[in-house]
Formats: sequence, structure tokens, C-alpha cells
Amino acid sequence: MKIIILGAGQVGGTLAEHLAIEGNDITVVDTDSDRLKELQNRLDIRTVRGKASFPDVLRLAGGDDADMLVAVTNSDEVNMMACQVAHTVFKTPTKISRIRAQEYTQYKELFGNQAIPIDVFISPEQEVTNYIKRLLQYPGSLEVQAFADNKVMLVGSKAYYGGPLVGQELKFLREHLTSDVDTRVAAIYRRGEAILPQASTVIEVDDEVFFIAAKKDIRTVMAELRRSEAPYKRVIIAGGGNIGARLALALEPHYHVKLIDHNRPRCERLSEKVKSKTIIVNGSATDKELLLEANIENTDVFCALTNDDEVNVMSSMLAKQLGARKVMTLINKAQYVDLVQGQGIDIAISPSQTTLGSLLTHVRRGDVASVHSLRRGAAEAIEAIAHGDKNTSKVVGLRLDQVNLPEGATIGAIVRKSQVLIAHGDVVIESDDHVILFVLDKKRIPEVERLFQVELGFF
Amino acid sequence: MHPAIIFRILGILLMVFSIALIPPIFISIIYQDSALGAFISALGITFATGAFFWYPVRNRRQELRTRDGFVVTVLFWLVLALSGSLPLMLADNPGLSFTDAFFESMSGWTTTGATVITGLDDLPQSILFYRQFLQWLGGMGIIVLAVAILPMLGIGGMQLYRAETPGPMKDNKLTPRITETAKTLWYIYLALTIACGLGYWFAGMNLFDAVCHAFSTIAIGGFSTHDASMGHFDSGLIESVAMFFMVISAFNFALHFYAWRYRSIKHYLADAEVKALLIVLGVVACITVFTLINTHSYEADEAVRFGLFELVSIATTTGFATADFSLWPVFLPFLLFFLAFMGGCAGSTGGGLKVIRVLLIYKQGSRELKRLIHPNAVIPIRIGGRPVEDRIVEAVWGFFSVYLMLYLVMTVLLLATGLDFVSAFSAVGACLNNLGPGLGAVAAQYGEITDFAKWVLSFAMLLGRLEIFTLLVLLTPTFWRQ
Repeated sequence: MKIIILGAGQVGGTLAEHLAIEGNDITVVDTDSDRLKELQNRLDIRTVRGKASFPDVLRLAGGDDADMLVAVTNSDEVNMMACQVAHTVFKTPTKISRIRAQEYTQYKELFGNQAIPIDVFISPEQEVTNYIKRLLQYPGSLEVQAFADNKVMLVGSKAYYGGPLVGQELKFLREHLTSDVDTRVAAIYRRGEAILPQASTVIEVDDEVFFIAAKKDIRTVMAELRRSEAPYKRVIIAGGGNIGARLALALEPHYHVKLIDHNRPRCERLSEKVKSKTIIVNGSATDKELLLEANIENTDVFCALTNDDEVNVMSSMLAKQLGARKVMTLINKAQYVDLVQGQGIDIAISPSQTTLGSLLTHVRRGDVASVHSLRRGAAEAIEAIAHGDKNTSKVVGLRLDQVNLPEGATIGAIVRKSQVLIAHGDVVIESDDHVILFVLDKKRIPEVERLFQVELGFF
Repeated sequence: MHPAIIFRILGILLMVFSIALIPPIFISIIYQDSALGAFISALGITFATGAFFWYPVRNRRQELRTRDGFVVTVLFWLVLALSGSLPLMLADNPGLSFTDAFFESMSGWTTTGATVITGLDDLPQSILFYRQFLQWLGGMGIIVLAVAILPMLGIGGMQLYRAETPGPMKDNKLTPRITETAKTLWYIYLALTIACGLGYWFAGMNLFDAVCHAFSTIAIGGFSTHDASMGHFDSGLIESVAMFFMVISAFNFALHFYAWRYRSIKHYLADAEVKALLIVLGVVACITVFTLINTHSYEADEAVRFGLFELVSIATTTGFATADFSLWPVFLPFLLFFLAFMGGCAGSTGGGLKVIRVLLIYKQGSRELKRLIHPNAVIPIRIGGRPVEDRIVEAVWGFFSVYLMLYLVMTVLLLATGLDFVSAFSAVGACLNNLGPGLGAVAAQYGEITDFAKWVLSFAMLLGRLEIFTLLVLLTPTFWRQ
């Protein structure tokens, strides 16, 4: 696929990396030639320096035959204009744009082919906020991804000593659960290595277990892996920027929230927006006294969400040391993520990683409803929709154990209308089913895509 | 530094490039000449050496760093020049010494076109073909070819590509992926070569000569299959075809790419480099023809014919000859020779400093003049209306100063071998600019100079082809420090 990415920032850079490795033709446009040079040294891509919304610049970047435009520059206005130019001048089929300001996005009539021609929005801040919200809902989870309008969840969680299932074979899982609860283990990561789960696989202490279950069953299943934790109540957020403020507002109704920010005017502005039980504290999140004052030792979750990675890491480690039960840390630099997770920091959140999934949804061939990138992009969870009939499709009409899946891929669940079917060998795939797959090895994704493509006879 | 990965790539490249010896083998079989054995043993030795490098480290996989890129590129050129000299040494005719064979081979790969051989017309056809073929392979760049045909080079390919590609802006890619870019360049190169060969054939050359000369024309090499070079054919038509394709090959290949992609030729004249090249050629053409007529060197029609051909041949750094320009009156030999310092455009097969560097140096000079008048003015340097970053202008100055220094050092070295000043000065210039023929004692061929001088000049050719820095960086202590 020929893809033009506008903006060589964190999101643009990560996206270019993943898409280039998958063999797409990538051109990145930015005004900062140093950023571009750095990317070009590392990746097999082309770069064009210039203002992303100018038609001439887009033409230089190959606008004439691009299949997709992804506008992720800093400026909402440049992104929108670039999509307009791509639509009017180059007739680019798919235009994806980042729009940060809710002031724009709340007016749905602004967008569409008659108005501002953007096919898909992405808002990294919103995605990260939603992601943290989901993590908070399920204490003890490391990753939570939702499929099919939140009907099905994929949850990654660490197995601890004392969990009823730890030390047992997977086939006992169903015996433990009551008959109305069902789940499927999609993958197990043991010391960083992926294991394809079989009925005889034994779960060990410290395994990272990914399982798929209907939303209502998540807590029950997690209780099998670890002693169930009390729900989170008290949350401290460090950093009142785009993400911090959004999260504070979103959490307010259900949690006790304290927000720390070093910028006084910003604190004042925030304090006017929030409800009275939320406390805005002015000061540095790396200040021990301030954290103690905010009652850090009785805090359930400390979220470090400033835009400075180093501050986030240091304040999180400090918070953990002072007695916060869980710390979550926003980390922009992908290289840091592996470095810090598990080293005193419970969950490292990478915004570009979180955004990547929603972009990949549109790059994947076949009818794909959602994609979530997992484990720093090494694995992927895909929600694909099966079409056609027995003759035209490679999956419809087959029992799950007959589907010719590539190695390392497992089907976790099927959503048929509003019904969630956990994948067992005897389930038969029907047309229009949403099939949720877990793919351990990214290289196998083209094979999965091919499975869900309908042969030409269908039309 | 990763020796394992360097040797692995070097080994693979050598094995692949031993295939380049197969076409001369066929020629040898067709013409039943005496060089067949030489080519077959050369093929065997090259392939075996490649396998020897590759086998112990065949399973090592690592990414190529920028540093490794320099080492691989330089080593590869050196090793190819060595292996390229094998047939010239092994064949009874010409049966060159090691020094001569290396010089000839390096001159071929770097498309310089300087030769130590006299009596070309008596050589076996396969050896003649082989010399032309070397120039053709070297013209577009062997690394570019390697990147195009070996997808395994991957991102590392970019490091290699950058170490070899000519011009000050090395990051420009035609297409997003490096393999595609390299392939595209070679398709264009191949298409031009075929067009040029057909042109020669229709203009009256026999098929063998047409193919051979097409190779060295598009590569801007200058080797010929005859001692008298293009003068052998004594045909105005052939010379016109040659001139046309020499100028075309001196343009940036990116322009040919756009011409093919958008089916338009307007952008050729919109390109600042092409404009500058054509203007300079036009002005100097007038001066040359005028002087030749004025000094009664030739009749008017011959003055135009010889004047224009020699001008284009020298200015593009090709080095074909129809007349001995070094004997022309007064300043003409030096005027034409100095044009070779400018050479072709960036991203072409031509040598020299490249038009864009000269243009940038000129614009930088006039900017300083403007600054004297308006001390506080902010004046960007523009090429074709687009501002050029100061970083690039700086790099061009750095390039230019190192170029001059090396020029002086090598001239002094040649003077030390007993060569006269004009010969020494022009021999270094002709090799550093990948031109070929010089003035004085090296006007026609380089057979008479000492072995030491030949090694110095071989080094100069490689310096010129790899644009100095790629080779020179390996000679700095910082590069090797861990």
C-alpha cells in the first residue's frame, strides 16, 4: 500500500516504523528536517520536507497515486486542510486525521465528503484516556482491549502465587468456572517468550496470560489467576495536560481523584472545571513532601501523565516507594517501555502504541472492524468480519477446528449479532460473524488477512 | 564495526558479481578468441573468494550501521577492481602486469576511461567487450545494482546507497523503498543504453561496436574498442548520437525518472542544474569554435564538428576523442580540461565536482558580495527557487577544500616521479574527475608513467568515484576507534 504520513512526531514515527516493516511504501512529510533525517536513517522510507497541507508538497510526496493519507501533525487545522487537499486535488481514497480539539469533533456535520472530507478520526489523547479507564476498571490487568462495541474484552494479566489456577493445566479452567462463565486463553508470555496455549499447558507464577471473555465475566476469570483485588477507589494523576485533564474529568464520577500539576494558571483553570470533591494540587510530582501531603501511601493508583518521560518515570518510582498500590506511567519513547515495565512501575502506557491499533484497522485488508496492537507491536488482536458463503469464503461454514489458521494464530471468540460465543472447536462460523483472533507473530498477518478476504465470485 | 556482517555481504556481492564475467565468456566463444581460459579462471577465482568470505559467517545476521556501510562500499570497490584485473593479467593478449591490470580495471569500474593499453584494435574481442562492460556496470554504481537485486540488504541498503551515490544531497529517494529506487535507476540506465546502442547501430557502427560504445557512452566512461576512439568511425552522424547521449547521461537520473513517470520533458529545463550545465556548454562551445576558426586550426565545418564533440566529451567527463584537443591552440586545452572539474549533474553517471556543487559555491560567493553591501540582510541560497540548507552549503565547502588539498598532494607525488608539471597536473585531474585523457604525456594513454604514479592515480580514480569522503573517512583514526 502507498501511504503518506503527515507529521514525523511520536505517532507518525511509530506508525511509519510499523507500516514500513510490513512492506508498505511510506512517505513521511514534516517541516523538521532533523526529525526526518533521523527516521530515514533508521527506516526504509522516503521523506519530504515541507508544510503538509500544501498541494505541491503532497504531490512531491506521491499524492497522485497514494492509497491512504494519515494526517498526524501537531495542528488540527493543518490535518484537516491536508485531508481536504488530498480529497479535492488527488482523490485519495482513505483519509485519516488526528483531531485533538473536542471543539471540532463534537460537530459531526463538519465532517464527510460534502464538508471536511475525513474518513476516520483518531484522537490519541482520547484513546489513551479510554485505555487507562479500562485498566482502572479491572484491577490487576496489564492490558485491556475491547472488541465488538465492548461486548468482548481481551485482558492481559499476570498470574500470581495463590491464584486458584496457577500451577494447573489449562483444561481445568472450565471445571473451576461456573457453567454460565466461559473464556479462552489466547496466549501466554513466559519470561518474554510467547507460548501457544494448549489444554495441557500449565500456568506458572509470573506468566502473563491473555484471555478473551465476555465483558461481564472478566472479573471472575481474573480471580482464577490471582487473589482478587479490591476495586480501585483513590487515584492520583500527575500532569494536567491534554490526557491528565481528560482522565480526571472522566474518572470523577466513580473515583476520588487528585491531580498534581506544576503550572499554576493551568491548575486554576482545571479547578474551575472539575467537581468540588476532586482536588487540584499545584506543585511538582517529583516532590516527596507534596506526594506525602496528597496521602500517597493510601492511594490505589498513581498515574504519571506529564509530557516528560523522565519526570513520569521518576515520579512513578517515588510514588511506588512511598506506598502507592499501583503506578501507571505514560511513556512516549518506545525504547523506554520495555526498560521500565516491571522495574518498579506496574504498567507502562505508550500513546503511540495505543493509537497504532486504530490506524492499523484501516491498513488491514479484508473487512476488519478493529485491530489492537499488543506487546509493543509484536502481537496483534484482530476483529475480522466473515463474509460470503461456503464457496466464496475460506472460513464461513467451517467448524473452528477445521479453519486453516496460520501458526501462532488463535481464534478467541465470535460475536454473532449481540451474542458472544467463546471459541470452542465445535462452533461453526456464519456469515457476518465478528471473529476475534489473536496473532502472536506479526509476520503471519497477511495469511490471516487472506483468510477473511472474499473471493471474487461473491460479487 | 561488525566484521562478520561486512564479510558476509562482501562475500555475497563477490559471488553475485562473478556472474558479470559470463557475458565476456560468451563473446569469447562466439568469436573463438584466445581469452576464454582467462575469463573462466577469473570467474572461478572470484566466485571462490566470495564463497571463502561468506561461508564462515553465512548465518550471522545483524543490521548494517552507517560505519559498516562505508567499509563495505570501499572494500567492495577495491575487491572488484582487483578481481576485475584478473582477466587482463591472465589473458596472453594483452597480458598486463599486475599494476597495469589494476589501473585498467579501476579505470573501467570508476568510468574514468584512462587506459594503459595501446593497440586496442589487435586485442581479442572478448577483452574489448569486457573493458566496456566494466564501465557500464560501474557507471550507475555497483552498489546501486547490488541493492536492486539483493533484497536482503534491506535498510542497510540505504547506508550503502548513500556511501556511493554522487552529489551533495544523498538522502533523496525516487520511491519510498530503496530497492525500488535502485531498480528504477537501473531500468532507466538500461533503457538509455539500449536507445544509445540502437542509435549507433543505425548510424553505421557494426553491432559489436554499437553495444560496446553504448556501454561506455551512457556510463560516461570513455573506453573505446579502437585506438583512435570515436575518430575511428569518422562519421558526423555517430558523433552526433554520441554527443546527444553523453549530455543526456550527464543529467540527474531523477529527471529521467520524472520524464518517464509524467510523460513530460518540460521539467528538464526547469531544473537549475541542467540549465547551468547547458548554459556553460553553450558559452564554451561558442568560444571554442570561434577560437578554432580564428587560429586557422580547422576549416569552419570541421571546427564546429571537432570543437563541439571534444567539448561535450571532455565537459561531461566521458573522454572519447575525435581529435587531440591537447594540441589545440593557446588556452583551449586548459579551458576544456577545466570544464571537466564541473562534470555532470548530481545523480548522473558523470564525474567531476558535479554541477550543483559548483553552482552552490558560486551562489555562496555572490551571497558574500551581497552581504558586503547589505551587512544585515538575511539571504538564503536558492537552487531552482527552493532554499538550500546552510548545512549542505557548508558540506560542499568542506568537500571542495579536501578535494583541492588531495589534488595538490597527488600532483606533488606525481611530480616526484619525474613527470612534467602539465602531465602531472592533468593526470591527477583526469583521474580524480573520472575523465580519462589528460594533457601532455598522458593525452592519449597512461602506459609510459611509472608504476608508483599508476597506483596514485588508481587511488585518485576511486576517490573521485566515491566522492572523496566515503574513502577518506576510512583513513581517519576516529573511524576505527571503538
